[in-house]
Amino acid sequence: MEYRMQVPFSKEDREKLRSGDYVYLTGTIYTARDAAHKRMQETLERKEALPIDIEEQVIYYMGPSPAREGRPIGSAGPTTASRMDKYTPALLDLGLGAMIGKGKRTEEVKEAIVRNHAVYLAAVGGAGALLSKAIKHAEVVAYDDLGTEAIRKLEVENFPAIVVIDSEGHDLYQTAIKEYCTEEKK
Amino acid sequence: MRTIKTDEITQNIKEMCIQANHFLTEDMCQVMKEAEEKEASPLGKQILGQLLENLDIAAEDTIPICQDTGMAVVFLEIGQDVHLEGQPLEDAVNEGIRQGYVQGYLRKSVVEDPLQRKNTNDNTPGVIHTSIVPGDHVKITVAPKGFGSENMSRIFMLKPADGMEGVKKAVLTAVKDAGPNACPPMVVGVGIGGTFEKCAVMAKQALTRPVDQRSHIPYVKELEEELLEKINKSGIGPGGLGGTTTALAVNINTYPTHIAGLPVAVNICCHVNRHAVRVL
Repeated sequence: MEYRMQVPFSKEDREKLRSGDYVYLTGTIYTARDAAHKRMQETLERKEALPIDIEEQVIYYMGPSPAREGRPIGSAGPTTASRMDKYTPALLDLGLGAMIGKGKRTEEVKEAIVRNHAVYLAAVGGAGALLSKAIKHAEVVAYDDLGTEAIRKLEVENFPAIVVIDSEGHDLYQTAIKEYCTEEKK
Repeated sequence: MRTIKTDEITQNIKEMCIQANHFLTEDMCQVMKEAEEKEASPLGKQILGQLLENLDIAAEDTIPICQDTGMAVVFLEIGQDVHLEGQPLEDAVNEGIRQGYVQGYLRKSVVEDPLQRKNTNDNTPGVIHTSIVPGDHVKITVAPKGFGSENMSRIFMLKPADGMEGVKKAVLTAVKDAGPNACPPMVVGVGIGGTFEKCAVMAKQALTRPVDQRSHIPYVKELEEELLEKINKSGIGPGGLGGTTTALAVNINTYPTHIAGLPVAVNICCHVNRHAVRVL
């Protein structure tokens, strides 16, 4: 199926999405990658409030290249999600609604996705120039000192993504590969 | 004896960092187009189409092909009849990287210490491999390397008895473990032989060979072709979302090794297999 949806998603929308669906996102998302996740984790360990309210929100694992004059952002494709796996279940349990990245997730993350009716989407890795065209506005909202790794608030319009792990835990990386595998079975 | 000013090396490296991050070489563009035509999965075909569109946008609008503009790997082949004049060579190279990444709006992805992790804010230092060769030229290859795929690269210290089958198994294991994380379709650089570090450098160097150019050693050429076919039967496909294009090429370099060893390095690169080459 192909959808056009507003982000942040409603719970109903998230539950509608199935592994393999194509979805174009319009609305607000946040970026965070390795260093920002580490800081958020340390903040939670100190029992302090996160710099952004992540409830129902979408986090895009992305650190852009610098914007040229007159443009909202530079190249802006997804980074590998597995590096965030260690931090992700805690954020999902706090209400994080969706993540956009690329690559496999751990079982712990999958379980947390199902437990919280969340969803994991992939953007096409290495298509940073193309994806930047769907980002209309960007501003740093936390951890400015982290440079490219700062948390940014993005306004997106028809940002293309593919549902990899849906709210029931189906994983496209496992099912799609089997479909096209033509190796001789030993 | 020919004199080359290191300032000239700085200027070229600056330009090459920017060039490599906005334009793929012609052989890479061509193999991507062919892959899009041949891909069996509709979603895979759509993804390859987006990657081709991405290359057009990068070139036309001067946006880096990928936001991970890499750690700058620089190979220098310096003719032994060249006299370098100016600041120390490594400083000249790093100055070129600094200027290229800062002035070219490229991402600064280098941290000054692997554990303390403070960004250097100018993408230096690069990783510099220098060799002395006959002649009076300087050949520079700048290969910015993204870490989505670098992280999935592997070294296997095989036993001589593992032989050809062991090598094949090692390459296929690395590629399958990499899967969607390495942004397939990948280019697979392999170094076989030498020592622990030699095979790793060879694997990196193999990535800079044109993807339409096979090894001149007949059995290695066959191995490259066989491994590419096997990798493409894995089903991983474009973006790791299923399909018949998992790799675009397997490039293998070999070197003599010790009677007791069979080192194999697999350096995986994503479809943004960037490099720029110039001869001064």
